[in-house]
Amino acid sequence: MSWGTWIDLNAGNDAMKWPYPIRYGQEDAVDVDVLVLGGGIAGCWAAISAAEQGAKVAILERGSILGSGAGTGCDHWQWAITDVPGVSLSAEDFTQALVDNHGGYNNGISRYIQARDGYETLLELEEMGGKVRDTEDTFKGAEFRDEQTKLLFAYDYENRIVMRVWGMTFKRALRSRLRRLGVDIHERVALTGLLTERRGEDATAVVGATGLNVRTGAFNVFTAKATVLCAARPQRIWTYSTELAGSCDLRMPGAMGGGYAAAWRAGTEFAMMEKSIPAGLSINPSAPHGSGHPSNTWYPCTIVDANGKEVPWVDRDGHALETFEERCRPAPGQRFFIKGGGQSSLPHQGLRDYQGPRLTNVDTLVEKGEIELPLYADLPSLPAHERRAIFGLMVGQEAKTKHTYANYTHAGFDPDRDMLLSYQQLIGGGGYGTSAEGAKTVLGFPSIRNAHSGTTGGPVVDWNLRTNLEGLYAAGDGMLGGNDHSHAATTGRYAGRRAAWFARQATARSGSREQIEAEKRRVYGPLQRKDGVHWKELLAGINKTMQAYCGAVKSEGLLRMALEAGEDLKHVVDTELAAVNPHDLANALSVVDILTAGIDIIVPACLARRASSAFLHFSRAEYPAMDPPEWQKFVTIRQEDGVVKQGERPLNLGAPFEENYLAHRPAAPIGA
Amino acid sequence: MSEENVYLSPNPASAARPIAIDPEKCTGCNLCVNVCPADVFVPNPEAGRVPLVLFVDECWYCGPCVDECPHEGAIRLNYPVMWRVPWKRKETGRHYWLGMKNPPPPNDTPPA
Repeated sequence: MSWGTWIDLNAGNDAMKWPYPIRYGQEDAVDVDVLVLGGGIAGCWAAISAAEQGAKVAILERGSILGSGAGTGCDHWQWAITDVPGVSLSAEDFTQALVDNHGGYNNGISRYIQARDGYETLLELEEMGGKVRDTEDTFKGAEFRDEQTKLLFAYDYENRIVMRVWGMTFKRALRSRLRRLGVDIHERVALTGLLTERRGEDATAVVGATGLNVRTGAFNVFTAKATVLCAARPQRIWTYSTELAGSCDLRMPGAMGGGYAAAWRAGTEFAMMEKSIPAGLSINPSAPHGSGHPSNTWYPCTIVDANGKEVPWVDRDGHALETFEERCRPAPGQRFFIKGGGQSSLPHQGLRDYQGPRLTNVDTLVEKGEIELPLYADLPSLPAHERRAIFGLMVGQEAKTKHTYANYTHAGFDPDRDMLLSYQQLIGGGGYGTSAEGAKTVLGFPSIRNAHSGTTGGPVVDWNLRTNLEGLYAAGDGMLGGNDHSHAATTGRYAGRRAAWFARQATARSGSREQIEAEKRRVYGPLQRKDGVHWKELLAGINKTMQAYCGAVKSEGLLRMALEAGEDLKHVVDTELAAVNPHDLANALSVVDILTAGIDIIVPACLARRASSAFLHFSRAEYPAMDPPEWQKFVTIRQEDGVVKQGERPLNLGAPFEENYLAHRPAAPIGA
Repeated sequence: MSEENVYLSPNPASAARPIAIDPEKCTGCNLCVNVCPADVFVPNPEAGRVPLVLFVDECWYCGPCVDECPHEGAIRLNYPVMWRVPWKRKETGRHYWLGMKNPPPPNDTPPA
């Protein structure tokens, strides 16, 4: 029912009242061993693994467990190495490849956990009810199928480092397990802040968190011996538009990085927050993968031009690939190639070493008149198993695209006969060239960026996946280098366990009354004003500030202006930001978190790196030399009493991986 | 065309109308309301009636509302006009568009 219909039916009566009981300021208290922040993939796994260790666990989720985080499904389980049938690589070598692929700017700790524990995690998921095998023999005889185990693989069929799975079964299986384990689930509660205790001169411990019920406006106080940050990466920092894409962003609107803002305010150390990339995907005019393309989910689909002429494929060395089969093989002399989500796309040695087959540069072919736009994904020309794997399985299971599949086929689309238009080349949404090439074409606005796609910055963790704060662990997108489903699952599972072990020997905690009262004043501030700056206006102001002063090319002067503008925006928060109901209030607080992520974390991180870096898509006007040796390191920042403290960490974080992984494993497993 | 019931009303909050509910099939059970991760719905104040799509601009077409609905066809995702992606039938070269006037018959093949 539309707003207009509603007005028609109900004008003049009481029906315009907020439908939930209003409980502003009222407190609900929960005390547990382990508190998990965020009910996405990492959060579900963290809660499950902590509860399996015998801990009393609560999980806080702004939306609903079933739909939040990465959504309801996934198309592939990537980069599981250890024990995968037919895989001869070692987790050590593969992790090193993932790190080198990004010039060292990756989280080797979490990537090793993903490679080492990925298969074990998948088998656990299967026990919970997740479907990971082709038990119906739909793909019997396909080149990408292991006939003995019925596992399906994607991309590099020789090396089998990514699996095709039935991702739509996963979230339901996780939710059932959470319920069975008696995890205390708090849906519709948005995280507002972390509760902390000072431990000595410069040590802080996290002792819980506070939340706002987005329906009732009630205040939730959670105390816990250990807390696991599994919240989303900050989004909407440079842009927010429902008109460009038809939906506001690449990811769920509620997932805006509140966890990062809360962690920052508590004193958590972050790295790589200066990295951002041109915002390609978030302005796509259709659901992701609802337009044909040759990469990721649609790999290795044949692409044809307006006249049905095939766009040629090449290997990493630019050699033409004659057959379809070659698209799923490493180049001569190449051990394996990395594809999935979050691989590097920059022209450097680490890319060349692990770059997979790709289409010839389409821009060049169009300019030469060799192909004519538009392009189409030619599903009918593919071998039947490949066509079914791309459109029936990958598109059919990748969460949102399940509905793309349903809507398209309901409208008569038939992958056996029809070629789907490929938008990317027409409007510049990425998917064909490298990101650097994409940057030139993204509506001509490279200063509209995002810090949430690919391998990104975040809280620094150790081999327990603990942050610099006692009691605060992080997993999935809640930490440095976060990206993708299996990474979230494996690190959530690992961090949940570590948090539970820590909780066993930790003493009981309680948040200070003073801190709770201060947070309540902050949280309910916007309700003081019914008429004022709405969250959308403030967000637009933040976006414009970031585009202008923290865009494609940065400088000390511009970044200082961003800080000044930020002070002004903070004044708007304190004196003008208004909200009229709990939902509105939660959005207003999220925009304040976006302000924190942009002005307090990203801008200082950009100031701290006084060098340009190709790997970080980071350009400082006064330091044009790319990646000078003395700056090949992580620059870290954290705040203490409102003052930004800088630090650094060497690249190759976590190496040697296996040795460190084993050294940090307890001597004997601690049973539940 | 009604000359009554004309009210002041603001422009819509979004360029899209992402969720379509069939009031004939909807029983107002609110399962969609409670699974939506973005909380774009609110329950109808009158029990058993169609939920309101209130925060329409926050919908991102993730679809658990459709998956959870116990009544086939009661709720669907309505891809907006700017998402009406075309495809070309290979044998004829003819273009078809999502949402076109005389669509081809549905293809009933379920996803793998």
